[in-house]
Amino acid sequence: MATPFDEMTIAGHDCRPAYDLVKAWLENHDMETLRHRSQEAELLFRRIGITFAVYGQAEAEERIIPFDVVPRVLTMGEWQRLSQGLTQRVRALNAFLADIYGPANIIKAGIVPADLIYQNPYFRPEMIGVKVPRSIYVPISGIDIVRVDAETFYVLEDNARTPSGVSYMLENREVMMRLFPDLFSEHRIAPVENYPDELLLTLQSLAPESAPGEPTVVLLTPGQYNSAYYEHTFLADRLGVELVEGRDLFVRDSIVYMRTTQGPKRVDVIYRRLDDEFLDPLVFRPDSALGVPGLMAAYRAGNVTLANAVGTGVADDKAIYTYMPEIVRFYLGEEPILKNVPTWRCREPEALAYVLDHLPELVVKEVSGSGGYGMLVGPAADSETIEAFRAKLKAKPEDFIAQPTLALSTCPTFVGNGVAPRHVDLRPFVLSGSDQVRIVPGGLTRVAMREGSLVVNSSQGGGTKDTWVLDDPTPADSPPGTPSSTAEVTTMEHQVSDQARSQSQSQSQS
Amino acid sequence: MRIKISHETHYRYDTPATLVIQILRLTPRGHAGQFVSDWRIEVSSDARLQKSEDPFGNIVHTFTAEGPVEELTVTAAGEVETEETHGVINGAIDRLPLGIYLRDTPLTEPTPDLCTFARDTMAASDGTSLDALHRLNAAVHQHIRFDTRATSVATPAATAFEEGHGVCQDLAHVFLTAARSVDVPCRYVGGYLLRSDGQNEQEAGHAWVEAFVPDLGWVGFDPAHGIAATEAHVRVATGLDYLGAAPVRGTRYGGTSETLDVAVSVSSRNPAGGGIQ
Repeated sequence: MATPFDEMTIAGHDCRPAYDLVKAWLENHDMETLRHRSQEAELLFRRIGITFAVYGQAEAEERIIPFDVVPRVLTMGEWQRLSQGLTQRVRALNAFLADIYGPANIIKAGIVPADLIYQNPYFRPEMIGVKVPRSIYVPISGIDIVRVDAETFYVLEDNARTPSGVSYMLENREVMMRLFPDLFSEHRIAPVENYPDELLLTLQSLAPESAPGEPTVVLLTPGQYNSAYYEHTFLADRLGVELVEGRDLFVRDSIVYMRTTQGPKRVDVIYRRLDDEFLDPLVFRPDSALGVPGLMAAYRAGNVTLANAVGTGVADDKAIYTYMPEIVRFYLGEEPILKNVPTWRCREPEALAYVLDHLPELVVKEVSGSGGYGMLVGPAADSETIEAFRAKLKAKPEDFIAQPTLALSTCPTFVGNGVAPRHVDLRPFVLSGSDQVRIVPGGLTRVAMREGSLVVNSSQGGGTKDTWVLDDPTPADSPPGTPSSTAEVTTMEHQVSDQARSQSQSQSQS
Repeated sequence: MRIKISHETHYRYDTPATLVIQILRLTPRGHAGQFVSDWRIEVSSDARLQKSEDPFGNIVHTFTAEGPVEELTVTAAGEVETEETHGVINGAIDRLPLGIYLRDTPLTEPTPDLCTFARDTMAASDGTSLDALHRLNAAVHQHIRFDTRATSVATPAATAFEEGHGVCQDLAHVFLTAARSVDVPCRYVGGYLLRSDGQNEQEAGHAWVEAFVPDLGWVGFDPAHGIAATEAHVRVATGLDYLGAAPVRGTRYGGTSETLDVAVSVSSRNPAGGGIQ
């Protein structure tokens, strides 16, 4: 593997211009001060209560994601190119979903194999023919980006279901501003604080046509046992909308209502952080107590908007990912601005043969896995792990893709005994409304805290950083980010229903 | 054949429910071998039935009954004329790509045993898909003993197959799983059966499957009886499994101790057909 590209330092130890101030700042602070600030940061996060649960660990403890006080910096020029690429990518994702749940032209054209779509576990036949407001299936996406050199950004993964992590982007910025106010006065750092306003505008823009001028938006959570519950409460609070669970909503005559102390209130847009299969026990898993019976009927009738739409998981599947460059060309007639990581589809015999021969060099991923689970990082794995993976791969090659082990870029990171380069990725959040695509400059930078590690997932011990998009110092530029008015939203007390809900008994067919 | 059908589903709650919401797939549609001459669907409660169509082409009614609901009866009844087509379905509403019918569902998850069973059974055929499916139908019929107490609506195919008993929907699920494991598109069919033994009053509707045969189209197989679907089979709804074609799926808010009674009556209107009128 080549020497990774460090975002602060040019080989030869010069500092890249974007990092001039950060470098000076690092030189002016001794390690003791950085350690002290790191502890303060941790204390702040603990006080806020920002934690997450790690699945697959017996104790399922609530953890704090490590926060690194050294910011990651992108220039406005770099950001603008990224932002154009992200906009293009999300337009293509939406067009793809509208097509596969509609005329399926991309299958007829022989570009994406039918079985990859129709037998995909995240494809929902129930969505065929459903009219989705303005054909925006993915109002909220998180696109994972990695960088390998000064010029090249790759898309590592599209997250089109219920991407999480935006609360960290916002909290990281708040904590940084409290800890290092001087840094913010010395830099022209594009704001991210307006994300909740942009999200609310996006959600409102997608309200059903029958909704009133000021549509009622709610955030639907699976509840406090979900690993991202903190983010759900945080976002509902910042959006100024009700945080509801399935039991707080009900459907009558294909209209969704929220129970409130003033009686039922019609709901127009549901920002749902609940997976498809739990949404409606009358259509999906009958044993789901988390969803809203009849929700899909209301949705099909066009009386409520779900964000994201149902069935978007098929677009962020790792097998479909490999077709994204073709998908962009097919729907937009444009060359993709952002590249995919070169990927072998193990379902193809030649690719499989290559992958089996080169396992120690490759990263192999399960097509339906996420969060860094079910993944082999060849260079970091012992031979026993590699052989175990080889057996899995041979048994079901179609379940896997493989990629070269990328030399992910590194950023200076405080690691206890000093500042050292650590690998990073970036998850910007892309909002697609009926009127426009909105992206706040920046996103969530995840950092692999262990030396040499490429796994940035928080479930695997990764940390986060504040991400700065630095405006060019030329005064002629307009200030970054569009100021947006904060919509007035009345919060309403709602009473949690204590009524038990039960599935009607089913009759067998004999 | 003229077949008269009545299907009553009755719910009673010890303490009344405050709200009941149900979706019904209880309305047959016509195709080349089936003409629906008369059909009605009613709910005892003062509720508005909203009619729609699902992606599988089924007619779906949704209703919300507001409480207090102590009792609720859903009635579907009417007359259907059928013709013998030896299981071949022509002219049915069918908008979905065939690939959809190869999907696994939680109720039709394949197991190694089921895949082997499918391969071995169908390998003995003369090489045509139709013959292979007839063999599969017979094998499922033989493998699973009919037993109404052994399984529930939530029993997956793998369990029914392993235990070797179940009701018609279990046999249908085993057939679906086996056929899909060898890449034959296959779907679940819910409906009614006019029984030849004169047993008109039945405890439940019937279920079978349809498999896609190249050059022929969809063909109905009834593994519970080990035969192809006949003019005695009245098709109501199709789906990937029971849940996609279930006559009633519902939820109630509040209410305790639900009691469910189902009364299905299927009789022939032809004097020669052994009708009971």
